[in-house]
Amino acid sequence: MDAKVDMPVTEKAKLSVRDLNFYYGNFHALKNINLDIPENKVTAFIGPSGCGKSTLLRTLNRMFELYPEQRAEGKILLDGNDILSSREDVSLIRAKIGMVFQKPTPFPMSIYDNIAFGVRLFETLPRVEMDERVEWALKKAALWTEVKDKLNQSGSGLSGGQQQRLCIARGIAIKPEILLLDEPCSALDPISTGKIEELIHELKSDYTVAIVTHNMQQAARCSDYTAYMYLGDLIEFGPTGDLFMKPKRKDTEDYITGRFG
Amino acid sequence: MTDKHLSTQFDAELSGISTRVLEMGGIVEAQVALAVQALTTFSGDIATTVLQTEEKVNAMEVDIDRNLHSIIARRQPTARDLRLLIAISKTIANLERVGDEAARIARTVQRLINSGVSTRLRLPMSDLAFEAELATALLRKALDAFARLDVEKALEVLKQDDQIDKEFDGLMRKLITYMMEDPRTISTSIDMVFVAKAIERVGDHAKNLAEVIIYVVKGTDVRHNTPEAVETMVR
Repeated sequence: MDAKVDMPVTEKAKLSVRDLNFYYGNFHALKNINLDIPENKVTAFIGPSGCGKSTLLRTLNRMFELYPEQRAEGKILLDGNDILSSREDVSLIRAKIGMVFQKPTPFPMSIYDNIAFGVRLFETLPRVEMDERVEWALKKAALWTEVKDKLNQSGSGLSGGQQQRLCIARGIAIKPEILLLDEPCSALDPISTGKIEELIHELKSDYTVAIVTHNMQQAARCSDYTAYMYLGDLIEFGPTGDLFMKPKRKDTEDYITGRFG
Repeated sequence: MTDKHLSTQFDAELSGISTRVLEMGGIVEAQVALAVQALTTFSGDIATTVLQTEEKVNAMEVDIDRNLHSIIARRQPTARDLRLLIAISKTIANLERVGDEAARIARTVQRLINSGVSTRLRLPMSDLAFEAELATALLRKALDAFARLDVEKALEVLKQDDQIDKEFDGLMRKLITYMMEDPRTISTSIDMVFVAKAIERVGDHAKNLAEVIIYVVKGTDVRHNTPEAVETMVR
C-alpha cells in the first residue's frame, strides 16, 4: 500500500493526519494514515469490522490514552498544532474535539444536568446563562420540544434515539470545534436515525464532523467526504458522490457494491 | 459482471435483467431487418408482422423498467452496479425507439401498397437494403458489446456509425437525382427519404448504446464527443 494516499480535499483542513501509525501492544492497527478532514464538512469512515476506522476516530481526540497498551505515532494537526505531542491538558483537547459513542451513554442524572455537567467543567455560568446553554444545546440536537417539560427527570428514562440526541446535545453544549461520532445510529430505529442524520446536516455549518458507520447508505446520505479503510490501511478517500458512483480503486468498489468476501 | 456479490440473489437479478435487455435487442434488430424486407419485396404481410411485434417491444420496455425500479428500490446499488442499471434504463429506451423506426418503415410500406404505387417505379431499393444491413450489423455489435461489457467493441461501434451517415448522404443524392429526372417519382422518393432517415436513426441508437456501455465499464460519460476524442478519454 502506498504511504501517500491522494488527498482530493481542496477545502481548508480542520484536522490533518500525517504518517499516523497506531499499535495495540504489538498489533499494528493503523498503517501510515495520511488524510485531511475538511472544516465544516462531514467526513465518513467506512470499512469492514477491524479495519481501524473506530481506532482512527479514538486517536483523533487521544481517547486511546486511557489504555496503557495503546500508542500512536505520527502527527494529528488541529489547525496546524500537533495534538499528539501537545502538552496541553488532554481534557482541553477533548473539549475542542467532542465524541459520541455507539451506545447512548447518558449520565445517571437529570436531563438538565446531563448537559450542564460538561459545561461546568470548563465554564462557570450564572444560572440564567446555564439555562440558556442547556436549551440551546437541546434545540440544536432537535430534542428540546420532546424534553422541555421534564428537564428534571432522569436521562435514562428517554428512548434510545432520545438518549443518543441527549449525548449529542451534551457533546455540543461545551461548544467543541469537532464532533466525532462513532456509529451513532447503530442502536436506533429508522426514524431516530433520520433525525440524527438531519442533525448532522444542521451541525456541519458550525462544526467539523467525523462519523464512523457500518451503514454504507448512511455514509452516502450524510457525508461530504468518505474514507474507505481496510486492515489498517486507508484505501481510498474522496468526495462521497465520486466514491459511491465511480470509486478509483477496485477494492473500494468491491466493498461498496457488496462483492467483499 | 464477473465478480460475485455476497448476495447471489442480487447477481441473479442483475444477470436476469441483462438477459431481458439482450432479448429485447434481438427482437428489435430482427424487426428492422423485416421492415426493410417488407419494403424491398412490397409485402403487406411482413409489414403487419413488424407492427404486431412493436406492441410486444413496448410491453417489454415497460416490464424491464418495472423490474429495474424494483431492483434499485430494494438493493440501493452503488458504483458499477448503479451505472449498469442506469445504462439499462437508457438502453431499453433506445431499443424501443429502434422498434418505432421499424414500425415507421412498415407503415410506409402499407401506405405505398394501399395507394397502389407501381413496383416498376425506379427506387434505390438495393441501397436502402445495404444501409439497413449496416445499421442492423451495428446494432448487433452494440448488443454484443453490451453482453460482454466490451469497451473495444463499443469504440468500434462509435467509429462505424460514420459509414451509415455516409450511406445516407449518398442515398439522398441518388433520390434527388431520381426526382429531378422523373417528377412522377417525387412522392414515393420523399417516402424513401424518410425510410432512409429511419434507418440512419437506428445507427444513432446503436451509437447511444455504445456510449452507455463505456459509461458502465469506465464510469466516464463520453457523449457529445468525436470517436477519436472518446478513444483518448477511455485509454
